[in-house]
Amino acid sequence: MDEILEILSNDARVTPEEISKMTGCSVESIKKAIKKYEKNGVIVKYKTVINPDLVAEKPARVRALIEVSITPQKDVGFDYIAERIYSFPEVTSCSLVSGTYDLLLIVEGDDLHTVSNFIASKLSPMAQVRSTVTHFLLKKYKEDGLVLKKKKNGKRLNISY
Amino acid sequence: MDYHISKKVEQMAPSGIRAFFDLVLGMKDVISLGVGEPDFVSPWHIREKAIYSLEQGFTSYTSNKGMPQLRKQIAGFLKARYGLRYDPEEEILITVGVSEGLDLAMRALLNPGDKVLIPEPVYVSYIPTVEMAGGKVTVLKTDISNGFKLTPDQIDKAAAHGAKMLVLNYPCNPTGVSYTKKELTAIAKIVKKHELILVSDEVYDELTYDFAHTPFASLKGMKDHVVYLNGFSKSYAMTGFRVGWACGPRKAIAAMTKIHQYTILCAPINGQMAAQEALKNGNPQVQAMKREYNRRRKYIIGALNDIGLSCHLPEGAFYAFPCIKAANMSSMDFASQLLQKKKVALIPGVAFGSECDDYVRISYASSYENLKEAIARIQSFMANQK
Repeated sequence: MDEILEILSNDARVTPEEISKMTGCSVESIKKAIKKYEKNGVIVKYKTVINPDLVAEKPARVRALIEVSITPQKDVGFDYIAERIYSFPEVTSCSLVSGTYDLLLIVEGDDLHTVSNFIASKLSPMAQVRSTVTHFLLKKYKEDGLVLKKKKNGKRLNISY
Repeated sequence: MDYHISKKVEQMAPSGIRAFFDLVLGMKDVISLGVGEPDFVSPWHIREKAIYSLEQGFTSYTSNKGMPQLRKQIAGFLKARYGLRYDPEEEILITVGVSEGLDLAMRALLNPGDKVLIPEPVYVSYIPTVEMAGGKVTVLKTDISNGFKLTPDQIDKAAAHGAKMLVLNYPCNPTGVSYTKKELTAIAKIVKKHELILVSDEVYDELTYDFAHTPFASLKGMKDHVVYLNGFSKSYAMTGFRVGWACGPRKAIAAMTKIHQYTILCAPINGQMAAQEALKNGNPQVQAMKREYNRRRKYIIGALNDIGLSCHLPEGAFYAFPCIKAANMSSMDFASQLLQKKKVALIPGVAFGSECDDYVRISYASSYENLKEAIARIQSFMANQK
């Protein structure tokens, strides 16, 4: 991976000036490269990873993994029906997978009722959807490569040769 | 009872900065740039292998030389990586880190009075281990004028009065300096000329940033001259596992193994099993850590020069060795005052040689945030000196 992307994927707040110091490239060239990545869609968005379990004001949202079996359509294959499904804002993630089902969705809602309702009234009735299997998420341990629990690592001595 | 300590030990120079170390260890909320080990935890697959080995009941001694599979893997790695050929049966010994390998080499190869050439700035254990083995140290001074590098001429002159051994450490702790193949080849000629034994500590080999690392033993005609020391501590972030290796001519390794079997017996088995996993699957993480160190290196060297502590660009390891002349005080005063006033810890240059008092060692094996904060504090400390 490009070094700029490696740095930003770990911390999106690092400034072009700082990246310049770390890589030895000029600030201008870093800014230009980032602009290009943003323009051609390599950098999709800068977002913050939040651990919902620790957000105090609001109860955690309900999330479900849904396995969807679908009947592909002539000419457009899976893409057409996938688009119809992932366009719902409730669907936060959608992938075509190999194996016993076709699409793997992650669906989010404020409560159990909202998610069930989405499956019953929006997803299952679609003509191309043959069947669904829903797994409600009970606890999330790791997301986007980050362990959500604050972990204590062994501490180095503060000084050594 | 009045203990009569061994004269040899009593004569060893006491570490002048022990008190400073105690001061650092007793203080809270210090940003430490004084640590000589990676800030990364060992990669999980390596730790997991160590846990698995315990679950499987691997709690025994191993062969004195180290587990055969690990020696074979090291031989395979050295051949693939550097074209170096060592027989895993007779030319490789698994040690408790490079520290043990160094001590074994000195005790196995030196007779009382043998002269050993050691460049300065020098890692703290070299001179004591030579002296404990009865050797006589000749220090070869290097400074910023020659980029802290030994010159072939310097070695030639010093060896002319008779010397048995030269100790090299590259990339170097504390300066971060390393040598290109061309520079090493020039040194090799002198090693050949004077028939020197070369003890080469290359534990930071994977952390070489600006050119490919060349093991001294891989240079033409040098394999028989070299005791090659390396280990897992720095490249795989495995300091606590205590596993290193020594490669060399059959006779040297046999002699070192003799001492090792009576004093150490073997390196810890779980460390040896973790090391096998490291060699097998660890390279992607080694490269990722190296890229991260390299970014910090560029940042810290630029930042130090910007705040008036002039510093050469080190080619390897994770140390910067800036000059503190601008602060107009000894390295010990600099380190102590910086610690007390700004809570930043680093190591005074005198720890690495009497003529290193204009320098301090800064370890950039620390997070970018820590480095940034430390630089801000050092800058404010420097401003108050004026």
